[in-house]
Amino acid sequence: MGAQKKGATARVSEDQEELARNPLQAILLADSFATTFRPITLERPKVLLPLVNIPMIDYTLAWLESAGVEEVFVFCCAHSKQVIDYLESSQWSSQPNFSVTTIESHNSISAGDALRLIYERNVIHGDFVLISGDTMSNMSLTQVLQEHKERRKKDANAIMTMVIKKSKPSPITQQSRLGTDELFMAINPVTKQLLCYEDKAERSKGFISLDKTLIADNPSIILHNDKQDCYIDVCSQEVLSLFTDNFDYQHLRRHFVKGLLVDDIMGYKIFTHEIHSSYAARIDNFRSYDTISKDIIQRWTYPFVPDILCGSSAIKVERQGAYRASDVTLSRSAHIGSFTFIGQGTKIGNDTKISHSVVGEGCTIGSNVTIEGSYIWNNVTIEDGCQLRHAIVCDGVIMRSGAVLQPGVILSFKVVVGQQFVVPAYSKVSLLQQPTQQDSDEELEYADNTSGTGELRSDKLNGDIATDLSETAYELGTGGVGYIWSVFEGAQDEEWKHSVAPIPTDKLVKLMLDKDEDEEQLTQDGNVLSASGELKADSDDNGSEDDDNADSRDDYGFFEKEVEATFLRAVHENVKVDHAVLEVNALRLSYNMASVDCAGAIFYSMMKLAVESPHHSASELHRNAADIITKWQKLLKSFLHDIDEEIEVILKFEEMCLESAKEFAALFPQVLHLLYDKEILQEDAILRWADEKEGADESDKVFLKSSEKFVQWLKEAEEEDEDD
Amino acid sequence: MPDTQALVNDFISKLKKRKIEGSQATAKQTAELLRSVISQTRVPYTNQAAALIQSVKAVGERLIAANPVELAVGNVVRRVLHIIREEDLSLTTAAMAGLNLSAVSDDEDDADRDNQPVLSAAAIAAASRSTLRPPSLQTLLEDVPDSAAIPHTSSSGGDSEGKSKSADKSSRSRKLKHDVIEAVNELIQDISTCHEQIAEQAVEHIHQNEVILTLGSSRTVLEFLCAAKEKKRSFRVFVSEGAPRYQGHLLAKELVMRGLQTTLITDSAVFAMISRVNMVIVGAHAVMANGGVIAPVGLNMVALAAQKHAVPFVVLAGSHKLCPLYPHHPEVLLNELRSPSELLDFGEFSDCLDFGSGIGAPLLHVVNPTFDYVQPKLVSLFITDTGGHNPSYIGEMYRLFVVSACGEGMNFKSEIMRTNCIAEGNFVKSSIRMRGINFFGKLEDRKSQFFCGCGEM
Repeated sequence: MGAQKKGATARVSEDQEELARNPLQAILLADSFATTFRPITLERPKVLLPLVNIPMIDYTLAWLESAGVEEVFVFCCAHSKQVIDYLESSQWSSQPNFSVTTIESHNSISAGDALRLIYERNVIHGDFVLISGDTMSNMSLTQVLQEHKERRKKDANAIMTMVIKKSKPSPITQQSRLGTDELFMAINPVTKQLLCYEDKAERSKGFISLDKTLIADNPSIILHNDKQDCYIDVCSQEVLSLFTDNFDYQHLRRHFVKGLLVDDIMGYKIFTHEIHSSYAARIDNFRSYDTISKDIIQRWTYPFVPDILCGSSAIKVERQGAYRASDVTLSRSAHIGSFTFIGQGTKIGNDTKISHSVVGEGCTIGSNVTIEGSYIWNNVTIEDGCQLRHAIVCDGVIMRSGAVLQPGVILSFKVVVGQQFVVPAYSKVSLLQQPTQQDSDEELEYADNTSGTGELRSDKLNGDIATDLSETAYELGTGGVGYIWSVFEGAQDEEWKHSVAPIPTDKLVKLMLDKDEDEEQLTQDGNVLSASGELKADSDDNGSEDDDNADSRDDYGFFEKEVEATFLRAVHENVKVDHAVLEVNALRLSYNMASVDCAGAIFYSMMKLAVESPHHSASELHRNAADIITKWQKLLKSFLHDIDEEIEVILKFEEMCLESAKEFAALFPQVLHLLYDKEILQEDAILRWADEKEGADESDKVFLKSSEKFVQWLKEAEEEDEDD
Repeated sequence: MPDTQALVNDFISKLKKRKIEGSQATAKQTAELLRSVISQTRVPYTNQAAALIQSVKAVGERLIAANPVELAVGNVVRRVLHIIREEDLSLTTAAMAGLNLSAVSDDEDDADRDNQPVLSAAAIAAASRSTLRPPSLQTLLEDVPDSAAIPHTSSSGGDSEGKSKSADKSSRSRKLKHDVIEAVNELIQDISTCHEQIAEQAVEHIHQNEVILTLGSSRTVLEFLCAAKEKKRSFRVFVSEGAPRYQGHLLAKELVMRGLQTTLITDSAVFAMISRVNMVIVGAHAVMANGGVIAPVGLNMVALAAQKHAVPFVVLAGSHKLCPLYPHHPEVLLNELRSPSELLDFGEFSDCLDFGSGIGAPLLHVVNPTFDYVQPKLVSLFITDTGGHNPSYIGEMYRLFVVSACGEGMNFKSEIMRTNCIAEGNFVKSSIRMRGINFFGKLEDRKSQFFCGCGEM
């Protein structure tokens, strides 16, 4: 016997020699600090909600135990009593080598508060696993712990390792299969350091920003959008004290992770560990509840699957993934489809069809009922002829004959649906009245989920709920009991995104159309960037720009207009030249233009002003132009750094004379001379322009010819210089 | 007591979480656990065997329920139960032999003996003998004349009679437990050495220049092949990789390390290769009472290919893998569906498993069964600890094993059983029961007939 015991312990410690020195601890947050599972979570904590007929927390604890965690601190806040009672009566209280300790709090409103409280208790003595009670996994912790410890040895600032998993977000809805928003992570592929974590990338902007120093510090960065955050973190002790130091940290990701990534004073680092073959996911909303239930039924979480995890009642897996408890009363004509779970003691009537659903224990289901993709918890009565599609039906619900649940319906505990009543899609029904309109402020979102509501409920339930309800209108048909919660303003749009029901096709089509439009917009924007790059390269010979795409011209057009407006304002408001330069420079940066473009645009604006200001003859126009050029030559000069830019000005002028300001056509040589006199243009630029134009078409040579004399004179002057 | 309880719980949770792999390890640990359960069970003065049986049964049922697919657990539990009954039977018969003798020598205590089965020193002597030599009816019968001499010497002093009686009681209970533990130790020994015992026979089956095909990895097969190699046989091995766990790769590596000419092929290439193969040698998960085999997935295909090409299909199985149940028996769960992640990477296929769109149900199903069932007619030969057997003989084999665990001379006894039980279809199972509770329960009443019967045989 002694030998045997030794053998057993030896095996255990083999996996975790490292851990043996210090028992591995875990903090399990048995409160989501969110309201996504309302109205169900008003009456029962989220971690005790059944997932394929087993409370979520059992999956989490079973995994922690098998992963070699020896001590778990369960932090409970909302409905803490229920959680504690459940844990005490469950198998977890009597496991050898696995202790479950509960920590109760009544006033924590966020994960940050929870961790601060745990820090005060001083129970964590080393590295620990931070997980919430709604996380399923079957991964092995050995490797991630080892990696974490090794990193710690090298760098004491590596305080956290996040577990991530590959999962592509849908290209149409921009959300992952778990119903969470698209997540962007920048990771150093070599060190696996997390550099950027963006879970709410603003769609409207269509871009995410990366700090430039990241690129300087890391030789390579991989930006992922196909990674899913598993919400399993291996943390060092410092994490707890960090929460205490930064008392405003509430949310683990939004505040803590982002805070650490931004803060470079302390230099703390977060690393990632990607799992491949094993499974890990967190139930965040009803969509993930649905998805993870299906994953469990499909056995991705093996060995944490119902037939193995359910100790007491024998559950057998039959063909096509149909799980059935041993004592189900099933009518001969009932049809149990694939990937369905039927719990103990459930009775199912004639011609009833059930597929892709979970039916809990002790349910009574009548004849001719259709159940599709729904989650029916324990002791539910469904009378004849009901239809359920993609709904969640909590304990003790009664559905009178002929009632219909449309996709996405949530029926909370003990609701009664009247005969023939059709519950509209995505409605949430509860015996409890909807709490008054919440503030949509993120921080306040947490505050409601405290145990206060739980107390309130029990009073109410024990009391005269029937009389209470009889006064209300029959919201749920004749004999129906319960309130239909109204959907908050603005949230209506989002409801279908996170519901148990699959996204309806019309929404998908709409999204797809939106998306196409977006994409067009995006490609435009995208082209802007590349086109401007081209512009820079091509600016030597703007003549070839003709066949450049229209988009870039458009954008240049915008820029030109902006510059013109700035210039006019400068003229009218007598802005100092320096300030005007600054403004134009800002425009240049925001439109991503080169100084060549600025020179062109400014000159264009100046000439346009000259044309537009009142004049009666060509000489007056010339005078106008001369005045403006004299006055604003400094502005123009500040953008004429080299000869290319000067040529651009000539070309621009040429263009204007041909198109927008034909009156200048006659004055071309004069203005050119003027520009030369004012030392805006050097003779080199003019000569080069002339050389370039020499080989051009006759039509292009119009201005060259008109200014031939001037050019000739310049050439001679140059020769004379050389002669000297 | 709580100590064993903790051990049992620990083992159960391990079984549940599928942390113990392989039937040999499971069988061995089960036997070790049962041994400690037996040693911790408090035995009353009367009916010790029943108490032991009860406690072992109680633990056994929980163990079996913890992982119904791992049939080795049930097999070992049954074997241990059998051991208890056998030991009890042998002790009782030994006691009765002593009883008869002492009745002849000493008539005074008749009344006492009628009320309760009191044992004389003769019984102890016989029992102690029986621990040294495996007990059987035959040995018992042989022993009678020898042991007859002992009571005369030991019970010479009339006044010591009372003392020795009480001493007998406690020593008998200790005796039974001691004997049972000894026998369980033997069982554990058997389980741990079954590889060697099977491997010893390798040279009889593998011949020079043969080509052997195997699938997946089995320690028994590895030892078997290596034993043949050590005996200077030169042959080649084809290893089929055994998707999805690819344990064939490990086997191939292991074989090469031991100097065997090895070829690794994919599972799908088995049919193409089988015509060049002389013999298929595979391991098994469990051997059922009808001779059918529960084996790693893919083996049925290999067996069918072997049949098509008339290649002998040989199954190696330690005695702990022999199961007295039938594959169609409702309590036999034939298969275990493991995680689909062994087949494909979840991340890569996550877009196929998006339930957010379409009908809300996955269009992709990934099924990963662990075992195949190979019909008895496809198996040419079983090689077990005790030699080669035809599948049709497997029921007999089970009895042989159960019996051989207790010693020699049991063929003789099993013959009686078979004649008793052959009428019932499920003869293997019922024969255990017959020799266990039922038969034993009636033993007291029918002792004279029993002995007569034995004598006639």
